[in-house]
Amino acid sequence: MIINIIDIRLHGRGGQGVMTSSYLIAEAALLEDKHVHAFPTFGPERSGAPIAAFARISDEKFYMKTEVYEPDIVIVQDPSLLSQIDVTAGLQQGGLILINTNDPNKADVQAVKQKRPDVKLATVDASKIAKEEIGLAVTNTAILGALCKVTDNKIIKLEVLETAIKNRFKGKGAISDKNIKAINRSYSEVSI
Amino acid sequence: MSKIAVTGDDAIAQAAKLVNPDVVAAYPITPQTIIVERFSDFVANGEVDTEFVCVESEHSAMSACIGASTAGGRVFTSSASAGLMLMFEIVQIASSSRTPIVCAIANRAISGPINIHGEQTDQLLFRDSGWISQFAETNQEAYDQTIMAFKIGEHPEVLLPVAVGIDGFILSHAIEGVEPVTKELVSDFLGGERKSTLRLDPDNPVSIGLLHLQDYYMEARAQVRDAQQRSKQIIIDTFKDWQKLTGREYNPIESYQIDDADYAFVTMGSGAGNARTAVDELRANGEKVGLIKVRVYRPWFGNEFSTLTKNIKGIISVERAHSFGSPGGILGQDVKSTLFDAKQTPYIAEYCYGLGGRDCLVKEWTEIYNRSIQGFNEGENLPYFWWGVRE
Repeated sequence: MIINIIDIRLHGRGGQGVMTSSYLIAEAALLEDKHVHAFPTFGPERSGAPIAAFARISDEKFYMKTEVYEPDIVIVQDPSLLSQIDVTAGLQQGGLILINTNDPNKADVQAVKQKRPDVKLATVDASKIAKEEIGLAVTNTAILGALCKVTDNKIIKLEVLETAIKNRFKGKGAISDKNIKAINRSYSEVSI
Repeated sequence: MSKIAVTGDDAIAQAAKLVNPDVVAAYPITPQTIIVERFSDFVANGEVDTEFVCVESEHSAMSACIGASTAGGRVFTSSASAGLMLMFEIVQIASSSRTPIVCAIANRAISGPINIHGEQTDQLLFRDSGWISQFAETNQEAYDQTIMAFKIGEHPEVLLPVAVGIDGFILSHAIEGVEPVTKELVSDFLGGERKSTLRLDPDNPVSIGLLHLQDYYMEARAQVRDAQQRSKQIIIDTFKDWQKLTGREYNPIESYQIDDADYAFVTMGSGAGNARTAVDELRANGEKVGLIKVRVYRPWFGNEFSTLTKNIKGIISVERAHSFGSPGGILGQDVKSTLFDAKQTPYIAEYCYGLGGRDCLVKEWTEIYNRSIQGFNEGENLPYFWWGVRE
């Protein structure tokens, strides 16, 4: 039996909560009774170094435990990575790339568009949203609202993501509410 | 109960929390760190009654565990790679002192060069130590096997320490869904507190761990040998008891698509998931291939292995471990010596793969299969081969 799996690769820098982002996707998917395997790549763990994390999701039980090399979806949390690494490497034909940027017309974002005209490119200013709603330019939660929107809530639903955030930040005061505001804003502000 | 989202390390910590050991003595090391961190949170929050011994090294961790276990306590620890190397002197004493300590291992490559990623060679060094040694493929298995390990080790017919391994990062730091059980279920399953007959008790003084020279050393070692043999039935019974309570089936040697298979992968740990996926893809192309997963490595379940392989024409043994200068793999040696007694010995191909956490994709597993079958069709065993090494 060959199983239909959605593979997500997240790019960010050490300290930006990329791992947490992949975990949140997994936690939300599990709340919808999906099957998941989500994990970071680890090298020498340095703040600021480019890192990736993965989330593999399916409606059916699967057993594969490799890293993700040919993702269906790529999420770029840190726009400065666009000029440093090939974020579209292995991205499936007709896949989706979601980029955190304050200006979709910037050369490095446009370069992605030119390189991969086949993929759906979505942008959201997650840094601004995170700064205004959370008080920190940590985009790992903020960008996930946009993911829900651009995938028509098919991978994870916005309200389920809210529950996952509530679970993760349980007992941590206003952080939960701030993050929920942030994902709702990125959900409505993302542009394709 | 609905599933919880946990990493492999977290799953083991949650399982240990339900067990509520009397003593935990451990020293953090990547990729096991989360187990120790989580468990110390449980202690700090009063969620367990455990005495947590903050030791200065793994050597001391295992020493403290032996002390606590000989005093009759239920004891848990955890380590990996270089940490295991440092505790290794005391690891031997844990089994010869018949202390049923449970040690979770986030399997990691051995230095050097230094590397923090997944590899099972560290735990396979337990092979000759008298420990019961198991591997898990998923976080659910890690959770369940951690709980079961206490029951197996503490059984009066066994009284041996038990190691439960999860592949570093691939499981230790990966989130999967785990169906939890309740503290009451675990307490009932384990029969309440540990009941120890052989222990340091001021009212009934005994000595444990004394000098044995030419007079008794061999008998003491033979007792560990016999306990290993006796543990086989206890392991099978414990797995069955767990299945009755949870519905989740466990066997020392497991198989997938083996009934009509001509060929079979043999492997351990999380790699079995990729092998299983490769079996599905190969079967979709008409290949009659199956998978044998070794869950319990020590004691070695040779009869069970032979039964599963009796109609297999070719075995492809693939392990994330290595032994320099050996005629083959570490697992491979057990596989081969078991097959030597078979009525019809199948062809065999042995592979070392994924050292230091190097990924091995599902398509590589199918390449390993095709390469092996080609050799078998030419009527040959394949020489031991390190998969994916750049020349």
